[in-house]
Amino acid sequence: MRAKGSWRLPIAGIVGAALLAAGCSSSSSTVDTGGAAQKSGAGNTVKVGVLQSLSGTMAISEVAVRDSALLAIKEINASGGVLGKQVEPLVEDGESKPEVFATKSEKLITNDKVAVVFGGWTSSSRKAMKPVVEGTKSLLFYPVQYEGLEVSPNIFYTGATTNQQIIPALDYLKEKSLTKIFLVGSDYVFPRTANKEIKAYAAANGIEVLGEEYLQLGDTNVQGIVSKVLAAKPQAVFNTLNGDSNVSFFKELKAKGNTTDAIQTVSVSIAEEEVPGIGVDNLVGHLVSWNYYQTTDNPRNKAFVAAYKKEYGADKPTSDPMQSGYNSVYIWKAAVDKAGSFDVEKVKAAAAGIILETPEGTLTVDAKNHHVFKTARIGMINAQGQIDEVWSSGEPIAPDPCLDTYTWAAGLATGQARAECDRVK
Amino acid sequence: MSTLLGNLYIGLTLASIFLLVGLGLTFTFGQMGVINLAHGEFIMAGAYVPFVLQTTVFASLQGVALLVALPVAFVVAGLLGLVLERVLLRRMYDRPLDTLLVTFGVSLLLQQAAKSIFSANNKDVVTPTFLRGQWNVLGVSMTHARLFVVVLVLAALAGVWVFLNQLPAGRRMRAVMQNRDLAAVSGLPTGRVDGTTFFLGSGLAGIAGVAVALIGPIGFGTGTAYILSAFLVVIVGGFGKLRGAIIAAVVLGVLNAYVEHFTSSTIGKAAVFAFVILFLQFRPNGIVSLKTRGLTA
Repeated sequence: MRAKGSWRLPIAGIVGAALLAAGCSSSSSTVDTGGAAQKSGAGNTVKVGVLQSLSGTMAISEVAVRDSALLAIKEINASGGVLGKQVEPLVEDGESKPEVFATKSEKLITNDKVAVVFGGWTSSSRKAMKPVVEGTKSLLFYPVQYEGLEVSPNIFYTGATTNQQIIPALDYLKEKSLTKIFLVGSDYVFPRTANKEIKAYAAANGIEVLGEEYLQLGDTNVQGIVSKVLAAKPQAVFNTLNGDSNVSFFKELKAKGNTTDAIQTVSVSIAEEEVPGIGVDNLVGHLVSWNYYQTTDNPRNKAFVAAYKKEYGADKPTSDPMQSGYNSVYIWKAAVDKAGSFDVEKVKAAAAGIILETPEGTLTVDAKNHHVFKTARIGMINAQGQIDEVWSSGEPIAPDPCLDTYTWAAGLATGQARAECDRVK
Repeated sequence: MSTLLGNLYIGLTLASIFLLVGLGLTFTFGQMGVINLAHGEFIMAGAYVPFVLQTTVFASLQGVALLVALPVAFVVAGLLGLVLERVLLRRMYDRPLDTLLVTFGVSLLLQQAAKSIFSANNKDVVTPTFLRGQWNVLGVSMTHARLFVVVLVLAALAGVWVFLNQLPAGRRMRAVMQNRDLAAVSGLPTGRVDGTTFFLGSGLAGIAGVAVALIGPIGFGTGTAYILSAFLVVIVGGFGKLRGAIIAAVVLGVLNAYVEHFTSSTIGKAAVFAFVILFLQFRPNGIVSLKTRGLTA
């Protein structure tokens, strides 16, 4: 007999299910040898932090970035380390939660005394770590393309900013006369900001934005959005969905009989790593915009791909964010070598203007805004799940995080972003 | 007109997913009162089954693989549930909060196991040819994959109804759920009946897993995407009431679809929760509630 008003069970059920849905997992794997915390640079090793989501909805993408950073560290150690010291990586799990990124980065910096942190993927995770690294005057290398409008004295951005990925993609659509577009994205800072920029570009370039819809991160209930897209009949979808939502989105689009002739899509968060999980079938012929593909043709990339596959398995693809994570470690090493010190201020000063041969080509660190020069590449997904370059900017594009060189973007960078960009002008 | 109908279709297919993922919970949560947070991972286990079959034994027969996956997923998830019940849960039937923590832990273990076996990356299940394509009815395009889910949930409902009402094992289960002590003194092996109930409820999660594999991601996090909907359906529907769960799934699905159509995905989701919060103020025991510990209708 159930007593009247027995609400405890349902409430407990809801709370429990919500906890679980939020992905409350916490598995932190620390490659720490333990022992007393030593100041970075003292002794025979130098500690660095690697902070990516190893659990939760973003783990699908971020685990590989950790792997590529560890590969770079291993290679560097094999060739003598940095300033004669072996690099000791401390790996932490950001759990796909911004607040965990804040806590763990603070732990790495203040407790473990790492010389530098490599990590982050979502902009929310970067925004969470930003006050930590600025407050402690330490160093973060952020390896993923993002929405721009940010410059931090303590962060190096080794992925693309807007004018190296999103604007070239829009240029490409315009060139191909795909001028009626629909914006679909995950509901957080990167897609929201990116779409603000896309709308400003569209208004100035004769592109018509037919709609703008957002899904919560990890949401798989896509039918409503897909039916809105199909009803609007755009020529292209500009897709800033992240993580699992992409799987449902492309499955539904395909099930509804869409072909790339009817509606083409351009995605900025789908790389080689994500293609098998979404299903090659559902993606063939769709476009992506990045600065690097596994197929990018140069000797440095051939060596990187071979080393990565040797370390992690022949079936493991390489992708743009992984490559940026890998480059981050080498950029830091080059800056430390040049500075002759692990001191943050000296490393920052030395990083300006560093030129490196990387898998994506010759990479230059901007002297002022801590971003890097990158070649934009539009790729098309092929039947093998690899991405073929169909267009490239030909030469590295100077990073312009506040879009100051574009007249249509006037007024986009406001408040803090404006102040940050003006500081490094 | 076709937009209105189209959203009814979206709402009903959404309801079919809600119902399918929640159906197993009407047994384990609804009937037995066990808050099993690992239920989502049983769905996940079911979702991996067609992937495994398509990449091993039935590599060239994708359609066969999917159909064979249904009974296999039922048994795999059912056995996971049975082990969980026999090894852990039967020791704590009167301690719902302990059960909550234990099953939460089991859920994390199963996710980690999936990561170790299948890696953190999502896997893809190839949609067999007979489930590709769509029908256009009154201007509403209905994809075969979604209709398959609807058919599957109807079949599962019919199966559950027959089991509970027509088979001796089902009657025994109802007897134990209705009055455990009386059933025990009447000579029913209540422990074994509990095991059967858990096997069935978890097995249904496995079948739900095969269905969601067709329309969404297959990865270690698959369960977390659906667990909340599953609990909502059971709680709003009323404990252990099939009829209530059906009504709840349809109401929540259709509400979500229409609100989303006129606003946005985020607001559609918020509307569902606002509705549930309000609804539970007035009917804390759900849509269908009897004074006695009732049976499935």
